[in-house]
Amino acid sequence: MTIKGFTGPDVPVYAEIKDCIRCGMCLPTCPTYRELGQEMDSPRGRIALIKAVADGRLSLDDPDFTLHMDRCLVCRNCETVCPAGVNFSHLMEDTRSQITRSAGNGRSIQERLLRFVILGQIFPYPARLRLLGGILRLYQRSGLQALVRWSGILQRLPGHLDSAEALLPQLSKDFFLPQPEEMPPPPVYPIRRVALFSGCIQSLIFADVNRATARVLAHNGCQVMAPPLQVCCGALHSHSGETDLARDLARKNLDAFAAAAVDAIIINAAGCGAMLKEYNHLLHDDPVYAARAEEFAAKVKDINEFLADLPLVPPQGRLEWTVTYQDACHLAHAQHIREAPRQVLRSIPGLELIEMVEADYCCGSAGIYNLVQPELSQEILQRKLGHVIDTHAQVVASPNPGCALQIQSGLRQKGLSMRVMHPVEILDRAYRQPAAN
Amino acid sequence: MQTATWMRELGRIFKPEDLLTSRAEMLVYEYDGTIFRELPGAVVFPRTTGQVVELVQLCRRANVPYVARGAGTGLSGGAIPAKNGLVVSFTKMNKILDIDIPNRRAVVQPGVINLDLKNALQPYGYTYAPDPSSQKVSTIGGNLAENSGGPHCFKYGVTTNHIVGLEVVLTDGQVMRTGGKASKSPGYDLTGLIVGAEGTLGLVTEITARIISLPEYTMTMLAVFDNLRKAAETVSAIIAKGYTPATLEMMDRNTIRVVEQVVKAGYPTDAEAVLLIETDGLQDGQQRVMQDISALCRSSGAREVRMATSEAERELLWRGRRGAFGSLAKLRPNVYIADGTVPRTRLPDVLDQVYAIGEKYHVTIASVFHAGDGNLHPNIMFDAQDAEETKRVFAASTEIQKVCVAAGGSITGEHGVGIEKREDMLLQFTTEELALMHRIKKALDPEGLCNPEKILPVLTGGV
Repeated sequence: MTIKGFTGPDVPVYAEIKDCIRCGMCLPTCPTYRELGQEMDSPRGRIALIKAVADGRLSLDDPDFTLHMDRCLVCRNCETVCPAGVNFSHLMEDTRSQITRSAGNGRSIQERLLRFVILGQIFPYPARLRLLGGILRLYQRSGLQALVRWSGILQRLPGHLDSAEALLPQLSKDFFLPQPEEMPPPPVYPIRRVALFSGCIQSLIFADVNRATARVLAHNGCQVMAPPLQVCCGALHSHSGETDLARDLARKNLDAFAAAAVDAIIINAAGCGAMLKEYNHLLHDDPVYAARAEEFAAKVKDINEFLADLPLVPPQGRLEWTVTYQDACHLAHAQHIREAPRQVLRSIPGLELIEMVEADYCCGSAGIYNLVQPELSQEILQRKLGHVIDTHAQVVASPNPGCALQIQSGLRQKGLSMRVMHPVEILDRAYRQPAAN
Repeated sequence: MQTATWMRELGRIFKPEDLLTSRAEMLVYEYDGTIFRELPGAVVFPRTTGQVVELVQLCRRANVPYVARGAGTGLSGGAIPAKNGLVVSFTKMNKILDIDIPNRRAVVQPGVINLDLKNALQPYGYTYAPDPSSQKVSTIGGNLAENSGGPHCFKYGVTTNHIVGLEVVLTDGQVMRTGGKASKSPGYDLTGLIVGAEGTLGLVTEITARIISLPEYTMTMLAVFDNLRKAAETVSAIIAKGYTPATLEMMDRNTIRVVEQVVKAGYPTDAEAVLLIETDGLQDGQQRVMQDISALCRSSGAREVRMATSEAERELLWRGRRGAFGSLAKLRPNVYIADGTVPRTRLPDVLDQVYAIGEKYHVTIASVFHAGDGNLHPNIMFDAQDAEETKRVFAASTEIQKVCVAAGGSITGEHGVGIEKREDMLLQFTTEELALMHRIKKALDPEGLCNPEKILPVLTGGV
């Protein structure tokens, strides 16, 4: 095989590759290294392989290269522990972008099809997403889902249809639309004006999280609006190396939010938040959008982060719940937000927060990872579930829809009644609870 | 034996998922925690002692050199393979086989991560004492090979003091058992011979370790000095008085300033040195001991002594120590951690000489080290891409080692000799002493296939 190196746009920055001093501190924090015990599936090993391609010692089209790059969850746990401050996610995203552009990459036809349909044809278009959501909802409510699960037919079909189907949660009764009708009445004297980034999955599957977010914001004196032309944030695309698609989506969102004169852009999905805060990086050499992306990214706030910075209106109602909080990787490792959601939960009278072991360890969801790497994703999930279950909490608070789906499906398979909720939903519940005494 | 033949033979011993041979796979086993590199021919992941026996016999027949590897965090090149040799990765032999509280022993496979063992022992109120700063990552097998230390080794001893029994696959494929759960064993101390041998005398497949009960109570303080010498003298003064703190760590001005930029542990940035002193044991009487040590620090020249009064304060004081290496690593592309020991009374003089060496070679030295042990770690920051600078760094390191040896110390405290300090062994030992070591190596590894070309320098005139 001839050696093929990195070319064109999105070449991993050599100076950043060199930041890795190969000390190995990242190894035990990496879920794939923990599961597989081999260096190629560790952050240090992946950087060594990226460097080998950059140095002309390994071909970009080597099937092993694609294999080990695609096995990374981009959970960014390694970034948290890295003494040298390596920006691992940028290296990985650029590398995957290179792999995607290279026709000779080792990805299967099935996977390419999945990428083309899901990432290229469905996620960028809100109407198509809603249509798909509608079909799936019908599938669930007509009793067809029960029939399919009972028949076990999906296990006999190629691909990973059965694992994808097992993840499928109950879709929301009413999808969330970024429209004025969805917005709670503004406070009489709004202290802040904010825009809600409603997200694609969140609007279909966790529409009530968006509604809870809007209500909680209004309760805390914010006037909330949601620009109607917003689209998917592009995180799934960016992590998968579909960087050009991610850029298209980012530009659409910048246009959608351009007219909104707001103090902050609020996001309640950790994965999306991490992406939105990096729009400036994504579009840094776009002559038209770079400056706007900079301004936009600076305004993005995770809902937990935003609430913890406010003098939060204390909830009057009591919730006698035991809750364990799961640090979503893209909140803890990507956005460095750990204390804010705990602070929000602790503000609720009666609520007992129980810490789980390894709260910031990946659950194996990782965007579309659980669809393209189902076996590994399941193994990683089992470790997480063990820690979740050990807390004996009634509720798992998760700040990210991907994690919520993954953990929920794991709990369902084990026949457990633990519920998964977003911290803001729990706070919203406390606000709506009648005041104690 | 042809390469293709021994590869096929490996395939008979190992399942496909436990055998690596592709180009990409070899590229990630050419390194460890150092800047040395060499591409192996294959990597295997044994799961049983039987497989290790088979592979050693195969390597002997095929004349292929092999090296054991844990997490690959070593700092002297000990796990770097021979060219086209075999890497034996123990990451899949990672079970804790037995925790025996009444006998105070744990039996583990070599791939168990140091901290995982500690975490498994904690519910019993026990721990495994050696705590190298790589403890979250590095394996007991690797720690054993390098005879690793750590902050608590001043009071509790280094790895060799905690390993009491081994199962070793010798280079002819025989399985040797040494020591065990009993506390005494006659004859030559073969366990002691293998520990610290950097994997050059056989492959360890099972380890019996001493475990100790967790201390009931711990107290931590920071003593701040305006004078580095005085801080170093204080270390000896505390110990001479009869106190045995659990840790006695020292950081110099350069380290303090960098740590405060990155970690913000609240160390005074105008200080010349700080001592981080911790005592542990029974709660009764500990307060008095700490007060005595505190008074001793003041009378020896400390301008300030801060006693941690809560777990949070204790955590903050340690955060600076633990974050020191990381903070230094952020400053320049590479950090060379020099490593040497001296009798602790010689610390003040040796430190003066170390900084003079830094000036001579125009390299910045930041020290953070186990002062109680007299184990120096002058960290030298540099860029490995700059060949000229790298040369100066290694020259400075060699000179630091000379100073350590001249002071009655050693060329390495806990990082091992590996490839890096092979030639420097000549600074420490006479030709006759090294020839004896060569004879031991020859007796246990006549073919010279077990982690060859490590530790022992080639002696002119042969052995």
